[in-house]
Amino acid sequence: MSTFFKATLLVLLAFFWQLTLAGIQRKVTARIHRRVGSPWYQNFIDLFKTWSKSSISHGFIYDFGVLMALGGTIATLIFVPAGHIVVFDKLDNFFVIVYLLAVGSLGMAMSAVGSGNPWASIGVMRALTQMLAYEIPYIMTVFGIIYANKTASIHAIAQAQQTMGILGWNMFRMPLGVIVGFISLMGMLGKKPYDAPIAPAEIASGPLVEYGGKHLGMLMLQHEFATFVEVGLFVNLFLGGGTLIAFLIKYFIVYILATMIASVVARFKIDQLVVFYYKVPLALALIQTAIVIFTGLGVSIWL
Amino acid sequence: MALNENEKINEIDVNELDCRDTLTFWEKFGNIFRSKSIWMLHYCTGCGAMELPPTMTSRFDMERIGMAPMATPRQADVLLITGYLSVKTLRRIIYTYEQMQNPKYVVGFGSCTLNGGVYYDSYAVISRLDYYIPVDLYIAGCMPRPEAVMSGFKKLMDMIKKGEALGWKRYQKYYDWYKKNQIRALGEVYVKDEFHE
Ligand code: SF4
Repeated sequence: MSTFFKATLLVLLAFFWQLTLAGIQRKVTARIHRRVGSPWYQNFIDLFKTWSKSSISHGFIYDFGVLMALGGTIATLIFVPAGHIVVFDKLDNFFVIVYLLAVGSLGMAMSAVGSGNPWASIGVMRALTQMLAYEIPYIMTVFGIIYANKTASIHAIAQAQQTMGILGWNMFRMPLGVIVGFISLMGMLGKKPYDAPIAPAEIASGPLVEYGGKHLGMLMLQHEFATFVEVGLFVNLFLGGGTLIAFLIKYFIVYILATMIASVVARFKIDQLVVFYYKVPLALALIQTAIVIFTGLGVSIWL
Repeated sequence: MALNENEKINEIDVNELDCRDTLTFWEKFGNIFRSKSIWMLHYCTGCGAMELPPTMTSRFDMERIGMAPMATPRQADVLLITGYLSVKTLRRIIYTYEQMQNPKYVVGFGSCTLNGGVYYDSYAVISRLDYYIPVDLYIAGCMPRPEAVMSGFKKLMDMIKKGEALGWKRYQKYYDWYKKNQIRALGEVYVKDEFHE
């Protein structure tokens, strides 16, 4: 029962926190563009509005894929520890989260291709290519962390960092790794230089092109939950998690920083993006992992 | 489009507000959200589109009243007809309008959508938009300035909140009439073939 209660709490927290932040993010982008920007609750209104509209179906796969994306992402979400809220203690394995997160993406890909729109197919192709690009440097860095901590449990990794104070965070122990992690995080979130899959001006929102009304609302919610998973993972792996308040503050800083970078840059083409990921972050990740494996833990001179 | 004598449009009063009685509680509730978040399709048809960039960007900042551009008709709530509409474009407008999801609104920019404007008697341009698709709001001017556009959108929001922007219900109710007018303007092409019309 307590597991159920905690899981519900986590989903509600993710819903309210991430939607609020998405509104604040729009406001921050607007301030950088010297505009006023929409109010912070705009994303709640958008979401409820899409649910109040009618929507059409393009067949069973189209409907089922949307549900699979939302359900898969919520299932992933309850494995991510947020502060003290650890739903499955000892089970919150990094590999579980990475595998489950793919269920959400694949559900969306399946559904988008099921709509039969050519733009959707191009968008899905780009999304999967981009996934292939950022996953490899990211996984390699995280392998370094897992090797150093001898555990793949996110909660255990977060706790191991807290015992050594602020310099014990993996951010300071693995400075190259955190750069790789952040670049990969921006790719996962689909933020500006890496938003090739949903380029509205080129391919009309890509995978989302055929969605309207309630389907679109569910996919927007899925996107917010996926953002919570990805940023939460980054905070736990590199910034040491912490109490719930500390977790939310770190989450806020990471997310707003990504937004600020995204609001001043232009979009990569998909081929440039893959080449970039396989050059810079992959090289950094290789160096970082080599340091971790051959010299013990990260930059251990500081400790 | 210029009309022959024997092709006069049979005017009926499609603008009566008799669809209004059917507003249920949930529709009124939904209208509050719909009026605060308007996504528009910027498929720009005529010169009025020139006024949209200043309305969207820093100076007039459309996003602060909850409006955002959307790239595809499935996601959009408002279809902007920015000025004159040639007969060729009319076909695309009808496809686009019919693809949008159901509470959907149409805004006509400038005098061209009202009465043909400077293209009044042209063979290639339609002269009154609301014969072909139901228009909720016209913004006057040739072309309307961004201030007029913004105040037009505020008015549209008020109309949505009060449940007066019922063009989409009118289109369902008087579909035969609209269809007849569309076919009359477009000629006898019934086949939905983009390239050989
Ligand atoms: S009303 Fe004026 S500005 Fe608008 S489309 Fe017609 S000619 Fe152009």
